[in-house]
Amino acid sequence: MNWFRPGGVWGFILRRLLLGIVVLILVSVVVFLATQALPGDPARAILGRSATPASLAALRRQLHLDRPVLDQYLTWVTGLLRGNLGTSLAAQEPVTTLLAPRLVNSAVLVALAAVVSIPLSIAIGAWAAFKREKAFDTVSSILLLVLAALPEFVVAVVLVILFATTVFHVLPAISTVPPGSRPWNNWLALVLPTLTLVIAVAPYVARIMRASMIEVLESDYVEMARLKGLPERTVLVRHALPNALGPVFQVIALNLAYLAGGIIVVEYVFNYTGVGGALQQAVVNHDLPVVQALAVLIAAVYVILNLLADVATILVTPRLRSRL
Amino acid sequence: MSQVSGVAVPAAEVAPPSVRGTSLLRRALRLWRTRIGVVLVGALVLLAIVGPYVAPYGPSTPVGAPNSTPSGTAVLGTDYLGQDVLSRLLYGGGSILAMAVIATALGLIAGVAIGLVAAYSRNALDDILMRGMDVILAFPQIMLGLVAVAIVGPHAWVIVVAIALTTAPRVARVARGAAQPVVERDFIACSEAMGVPRWRILSGELLPNVLGPLMVEASLRLTYSIGVIAALAFLGLSPNPNGANWGTMIQQNEIVLPVQPWGAAAPIIAIALLTMGTGLIGDGIARTAAGIDRARGEE
Repeated sequence: MNWFRPGGVWGFILRRLLLGIVVLILVSVVVFLATQALPGDPARAILGRSATPASLAALRRQLHLDRPVLDQYLTWVTGLLRGNLGTSLAAQEPVTTLLAPRLVNSAVLVALAAVVSIPLSIAIGAWAAFKREKAFDTVSSILLLVLAALPEFVVAVVLVILFATTVFHVLPAISTVPPGSRPWNNWLALVLPTLTLVIAVAPYVARIMRASMIEVLESDYVEMARLKGLPERTVLVRHALPNALGPVFQVIALNLAYLAGGIIVVEYVFNYTGVGGALQQAVVNHDLPVVQALAVLIAAVYVILNLLADVATILVTPRLRSRL
Repeated sequence: MSQVSGVAVPAAEVAPPSVRGTSLLRRALRLWRTRIGVVLVGALVLLAIVGPYVAPYGPSTPVGAPNSTPSGTAVLGTDYLGQDVLSRLLYGGGSILAMAVIATALGLIAGVAIGLVAAYSRNALDDILMRGMDVILAFPQIMLGLVAVAIVGPHAWVIVVAIALTTAPRVARVARGAAQPVVERDFIACSEAMGVPRWRILSGELLPNVLGPLMVEASLRLTYSIGVIAALAFLGLSPNPNGANWGTMIQQNEIVLPVQPWGAAAPIIAIALLTMGTGLIGDGIARTAAGIDRARGEE
């Protein structure tokens, strides 16, 4: 099987996978060094100036600060790999129990945003390319440009003003998921957070899709398909669309990874019970174990999605595949 | 025609059609979107700079009952503490703008240096630098900002350094990508053969030839920096908890939207217009650099 030779597809995936693991290890080292081994005393930073010597000593023991740095790191990383993320200082609960339900909630939100935004933006981009320089293209390109420039929290608060408070009162402004409940039990509350994330992501994907589709529509094989007398629908859906999707995968994955950061702000605005909101709270409360766990978790999601993007791009682009 | 000039003429033709920074900007200004962007950014920058001098009240002066709607004394009403919304709006842009510009500039300088050195080295240094950038890229911008603030505290310099740190790898990727084909060209080899020092090749030969993509990236990065810095303030992490800051204002007055929308709406409009402006300028430069729409813009 020449697929397994060093230059083959599997060789590439293996190399990319190893690189991803190296990046993740470095990420864990950076997070650990930044949060725990920084010059200065993390225990004092957490407890503040008014801390008593006894409470400082107790916290140092809890954070294993009384042991050598390498020892601390290895304890932390092995715990991380076993799913033991330490104890939250604010809630005095294991970080895992604290974050597990929130992780599900955030995953639901991101998945929902992806399911809505990806087909929508591909359709908008493809249609704008097909109607190039016509009214739909001009209007959608200006609109997407403006939406892409807006920070998510601005979009979120504008949506709250429009649909939840000042203009209309049709949707809830607060999307808290009560303990024991699931996000989809109150789907109305999911509308505005999802819409915010869709608006944050869709413009980029749509613009890349438009550019890619224009390139494909000008290619010889699309010309050929048209000259053969195929109906325009078939030319678009069967010949142009699949070939235009290659470069879009990369951007979709990058934007899903971007959502991992975007949920921080969106969950805060809507008071949604997820990991993004948890990170904001942990930062305000100086809850270092939670900050560490979430930083590594969100970074891991980011790295994995980028990895998938690279692999998917290679697999759907035969030209790149043969050039490896 | 002498032998020397016979050699020199094709050599001049080989040099890439370098679009110098100023002429790119001038050409971009022929597009309406760039002009609108420049007007928006200019107006908001003016508002942020002149604002504190023309504000009717101080940023923290109580002028009336909390959450009162617009009136003669307070044109945009008062906020949740009874402070004048208009005055806080006029005071609140400076810190965001200054922090965003400094952070973006630092990130650009570091990113361009790293990207050009990586592209020029063509050896293991390239791999080491770019994998290092990958590690930073694994952290979403806003998350790195949050973590930095969690550890060191919400000082202005911490936020600036965090944003610069997350801007640099993104710029480095663009700079390296744009410089890679240029490094292979004959005029670089020629400079090397002439013994031009490495830093002069990087700054004098390589940099001018990658300015186009870098200017597009710079405006994109500035848009993001403004967004992230305002978002951090909105999340309650700004140097001054009750400082007049557009992000802070939105956070403080979001709860009272049904009663007095202007406390949150005014700073939202300001941030939206500002980022729209930088976005439009970036798109104008990108279109000019790519040669798209040039003919239409001249109409």
